[in-house]
Amino acid sequence: MLGKLSLAAIPLHEPIPMIAGLGMIFAVIALVGLITWKKWWGILWHDWLISVDHKKIGVMYIILGLVMLLRGFVDALMMRSQLAMAAGGAAGYLPPDHYNQIFSAHGTIMIFFVAMALVVGLMNIAIPLQIGARDVAYPVLNSVSFWLTASGMALMNISLIVGEFARTGWLVYPPLSELAFSPQVGVDYYLWALQIAGVGTLLSGINLTATILKMRAPGMGYFEMPVFCWTALAANMLIIAAFPILTATFGMLLLDRYADFHFFTTNMGGDPMMYINLIWAWGHPEVYILILPAFGIFSEVFSTFSKKPLFGYHSMVYATLAICGLSFVVWLHHFFTMGAGANVNGFFGIMTMIISIPTGVKVFNWLFTMYGGSIKFTSPVYWAIGFIITFVLGGLTGVLLAIPPIDFALHNSLFLIAHFHNVIIGGVVFGAFAGYTYWFPKVFGFQLHEGLGKAVFWCWFIGFYVAFMPLYVLGIMGATRRMQHYSNPDWQPFMIVAFIGALIILLGITLTIVQLVVSIRNREKTRCTAGDPWDGRTLEWSTPSPPPHWNFDAIPQVRSLEDFWHSKQPNGEPLQYVDNPSGKFHMPKPSALGITLSFFATVFGFAMVWHIWWLALVGLFGCIAAVIAHSWQTENEVDIDLNDPAHAHGHA
Amino acid sequence: MTVIHHSHANDHSVPYAKRGPAPTNVLVGYGFWLYLLSDIIMFSAMFAAYAVLSSHTAGGPKGIDLFVKGDVLLETVFLLVSSFTCGIMGLASAAKNRNHTYWAALATFVLGAGFLILELQEFSHMVHEGAGPSRSAFLSAFFALVGLHGLHVFVGLVWLVVMMLQVKTIGFSDMVQRRLNCFNLFWHALDIVWIGVFTIVYLGAK
Repeated sequence: MLGKLSLAAIPLHEPIPMIAGLGMIFAVIALVGLITWKKWWGILWHDWLISVDHKKIGVMYIILGLVMLLRGFVDALMMRSQLAMAAGGAAGYLPPDHYNQIFSAHGTIMIFFVAMALVVGLMNIAIPLQIGARDVAYPVLNSVSFWLTASGMALMNISLIVGEFARTGWLVYPPLSELAFSPQVGVDYYLWALQIAGVGTLLSGINLTATILKMRAPGMGYFEMPVFCWTALAANMLIIAAFPILTATFGMLLLDRYADFHFFTTNMGGDPMMYINLIWAWGHPEVYILILPAFGIFSEVFSTFSKKPLFGYHSMVYATLAICGLSFVVWLHHFFTMGAGANVNGFFGIMTMIISIPTGVKVFNWLFTMYGGSIKFTSPVYWAIGFIITFVLGGLTGVLLAIPPIDFALHNSLFLIAHFHNVIIGGVVFGAFAGYTYWFPKVFGFQLHEGLGKAVFWCWFIGFYVAFMPLYVLGIMGATRRMQHYSNPDWQPFMIVAFIGALIILLGITLTIVQLVVSIRNREKTRCTAGDPWDGRTLEWSTPSPPPHWNFDAIPQVRSLEDFWHSKQPNGEPLQYVDNPSGKFHMPKPSALGITLSFFATVFGFAMVWHIWWLALVGLFGCIAAVIAHSWQTENEVDIDLNDPAHAHGHA
Repeated sequence: MTVIHHSHANDHSVPYAKRGPAPTNVLVGYGFWLYLLSDIIMFSAMFAAYAVLSSHTAGGPKGIDLFVKGDVLLETVFLLVSSFTCGIMGLASAAKNRNHTYWAALATFVLGAGFLILELQEFSHMVHEGAGPSRSAFLSAFFALVGLHGLHVFVGLVWLVVMMLQVKTIGFSDMVQRRLNCFNLFWHALDIVWIGVFTIVYLGAK
């Protein structure tokens, strides 16, 4: 009846997951209580949960990302504190079994549910506004994408209380992840959570690609697109090209685990190395899916706050597309030690180094954008300059690792850990914070507290260096990754320094929450409903903040790359708009399809994890029935009439 | 607010990229093409896995001993002819001719179902001979690749039934027409994938 599920699945004897789980349950109950007490359910349901407005969906992605950042960061703190203690004879407080789950969950959460959620959220918010569109190409599908991501997140969090998580690392390499060596449900939680969230990401990639290519305002040719749209286009094309590989690969591993197939097993002709090739054929493009939108955010920030057009816009576009293409021919550098031979390793090493050329082009473009500009040192600029310094360093260690003989020495060491945190924190996290600060006033109509924003930056910037520079050193000294204990007591001081770094970052994360609370309380002081607090250059700043549900009362008729900027100059001609004498147009209606699918997908995933077949069928048929029922809905749009006073100021 | 008094949507002196947002029928078809591209990439990953594992028979039977090419040829004929009838259905629905649409859809459904039955017979025959997916990595890859295609055909059949019910209850609205177009694209894409399966898996069997 309940498959493998029994009361024994709840880890009552392990205090840490129980405390974390109870904390989570308590937080959910408190939240539900607050919403009920304030009578917010109606607003929450109609204005948020079933909304198909790209801005609200973007905000929900970012909330999801920030909440998961807290969980992923608690994992990080546990690892750093464990390693600061466990040296020589001391064992620390985390048993190896639990430690393995923590580092696996940390990586999975940070990549799939923090970095991806923040980046997709920012793309959702900014793209339609930047191209002068009223929404994305497929608004209901957009809601479905978000809710499938939320379903994956729900499964991740359920695994904390019911059962356990994978102990295999964040990419569940076989043969360890095969049934023979991981018979418990941890790997299954991982696979189903990511399959469901992965479908959401793929649909989002299709949606945003079609939006950028097919929804631009008239007059906006490809080279009148803001550079963020270019980098987002590249990232979304990579999603379309890479995520199906992930789906196929996880599908094969699922067949191995559920149906006794032999794709990656060590017997019957299975080939574990094939998994590692396939997963990195997705995995390397994935890092560019994350970093390219961040590059776009920095480009916007440098240009806006230097009061200059982006230096080398065209070269920036070509560099972006070059990176997009090259990202598919470097995957083997993740496992030079596989033994593919000198020629193969040489090829992939050289291709890897070649990627640093377009990236270098970008760095010089950013520097030349600032050169001669009148730079305003706002907190987004802090993040952007901190990014250049940090990312160049991460790039240099990346080029080191691209040399196969050096990689043989440093493979699977803490040097590698330091390298990819260097580019992901210095690139993606800094970019996400820059974008969060930059577009916040657009979405909410008031600014984030600047002083606290700078304090958050300094905590992350200093904390990153304190936490990860020791790991570079330890890696060179021979410390391998994913160890719960190091017997060499000489390494302990480095581990303690790294722990202090993590505490500094913790302060930064705490200050992020403080900043949000303070900014909301002081919102009347920084309110800017006119919509252009930064003296921006692109179309999103030409509409009020927060924008009406339909973004633009009239669709802009674009004349140049920085049309809005030119219109604000002393002798500039005002923006032009497409005529719509009736003042009427359609907007999509809210839809409960996304949240319904999310519910049934979560039921399906949970049932599959625990082999509760009847419940899995309920979940599957629930999903299918929801889609079919939705397909009979013919009244999908609502009429907006700008001449109707109820709509005049943007609030339907 | 400055307003210009014309739209560029159909102005051929304006480059295509600058004519403004695409109409819904273009947008839906475009998105579906993007989905099909992603689907074909998923199949590519399965083909790659098959190529790697096709020689990993672990002492079990090989493809050349198992596959009955005559049956597979019949499957192929069913599927290719079903694409033809599906095309007819597209023309009939564009002309809003209900009867022709139903008959062409019925022919497509019967041929598609025939394909699936033949495929399932082949699978069950192989499993009974002890050549199921658990026997070797080669057979795992075979069942997964061919089965994934079969699963797509099955989903297509369900979709086709739903579409006919929509033609009956909603009629040939723009929305239904767009969906029928997408179905056509989907069904033809499955043909293309099958050509790959037929060539690489069956004709290329060693």
